[in-house]
Amino acid sequence: MTISTSSWKPSASIETLKVRAHLIRQIQRFFDERGFLEVDTPLMCSSTGTDPNIESISALFKPFADVHPTPYYLQSSPEFAMKRLLAAGSGPTYQICKAFRNGEVGRYHNPEFTMLEWYRPDWDDHALMEEVADLLKLILKCEQVEKFTYREVFQHFFNLDPFHASIEDLQSLVRENHLEADLSLSHDGWLQLIMSHFIEPQLGQTLPTFIYDFPASQAALARIKPENNLLAARFEVYVKGIELANGFHELLDADEQKARFLQDLETRKTQNQPITPLDELFLAALKAGLPDCSGVALGVDRLIMLALNKPSIDQVISFDFLKS
Amino acid sequence: MAVFSTNEFKPGLKILLDHDPYTILENEFVKPGKGQAFNRVKVRNLKSGRVIERTFKSGDTAEGADVNDIEVQFLYGDGEHWHFMDQASFEQYSINEAGVADAKIWLKEQDTCTITLWNGVPLAVMPPTFVVLTITETDPGVRGDTSGGGGKPATLETGAVVRVPLFVQTGEIIKVDTRTGTYVSRVKE
Repeated sequence: MTISTSSWKPSASIETLKVRAHLIRQIQRFFDERGFLEVDTPLMCSSTGTDPNIESISALFKPFADVHPTPYYLQSSPEFAMKRLLAAGSGPTYQICKAFRNGEVGRYHNPEFTMLEWYRPDWDDHALMEEVADLLKLILKCEQVEKFTYREVFQHFFNLDPFHASIEDLQSLVRENHLEADLSLSHDGWLQLIMSHFIEPQLGQTLPTFIYDFPASQAALARIKPENNLLAARFEVYVKGIELANGFHELLDADEQKARFLQDLETRKTQNQPITPLDELFLAALKAGLPDCSGVALGVDRLIMLALNKPSIDQVISFDFLKS
Repeated sequence: MAVFSTNEFKPGLKILLDHDPYTILENEFVKPGKGQAFNRVKVRNLKSGRVIERTFKSGDTAEGADVNDIEVQFLYGDGEHWHFMDQASFEQYSINEAGVADAKIWLKEQDTCTITLWNGVPLAVMPPTFVVLTITETDPGVRGDTSGGGGKPATLETGAVVRVPLFVQTGEIIKVDTRTGTYVSRVKE
């Protein structure tokens, strides 16, 4: 690495860092006033998420010198630990912490980023969306938000039903939009390509946009809707074309959760990705009983970037990855 | 040739796509929080000049293209081919009309220019940024007008036509910016 004479300097201006500190205090006050418990969970854990699209960064722990180190994982999200607190009776909790994702570097990605995550016992995804909207009105100074289902946005922009379109339909849509993508992708992979390349950039241009009722095949940790098993109780929030938050009416069923983890590991095996141990402590907490709840994770760096109209995430982080 | 992964795609890197050489213009990492990561890459085809957008799965690779630029002297054109010489190695290159493309109206014998080689074969010619050429034909301007407002067309010795101020006359030598095709100044011999 070449060190130029200015490379020691922060990637954000001191002025920006002052506003950042102020906005984070506003977020904390928002949750304090609503009766949340602020919590703090381990960043380094013995297991991690299984999602094939999220790679953890591993850390090697040595209990003492001259032994084989034990692999630990820097957390890609505090979700499992926060759900264990809920199962132990914490009531509503929030946390602002660092999360780590391997390989994610770009204009809107830093491999180490600041995440706001909160949980509401007894709330469903729609009630939680209202609370996310309240926070966005406070920080982004907007009057209102708009909401569409996943199916509605595909129909609106492409007159296409994402649940019934074939892979060939999705591929020809990409071709018609002058994007060369000679890839072998799953049905969900093509939907994600269309979403991220063509739809997302148009979302949230005037008002923060909530997209809900994602396909069940992209449920992640959300429950499947009892009234329609094609849909997951999952939502995402977009502002100025940027994905800002992801929320779930949480899956409570320990057996289904374990089955999803094992399915993820199967996918990882076929894609030659690292296989990490299942989080048995989290599964045990689910078995003991997680209260009915909804939770959401929001990218704080992106929120501050949007509040300050900055073009990239590095401009609101004291030292971005290239300067870390 | 080296193989490059999407996270090594930097502007200016030359790669092979569908057997053609491309230069990378932009590379944006696109990833939904819960979904497939992509690299959305803007590339220029070095043979056709066409710019396209192509999306890769993050971590996919492309083979590097053996493309480099060399400084050469323009020797002469025979109507079908344009001939150049690398002044260091004395190696000669001939390029057809399609390869010379828009550069041909700026090429004057003995001027130095840049050619792009792919696997040692010339792909494209870049004229010098500024060229000094003689006007072979232009209408006589109005006497005494030195403002140059508006201007008039002038044909240069290479066949290029540029707009020049009214006071510039046939036989004079002028400097032209080849990036924009515009007159810069008169040049005194």
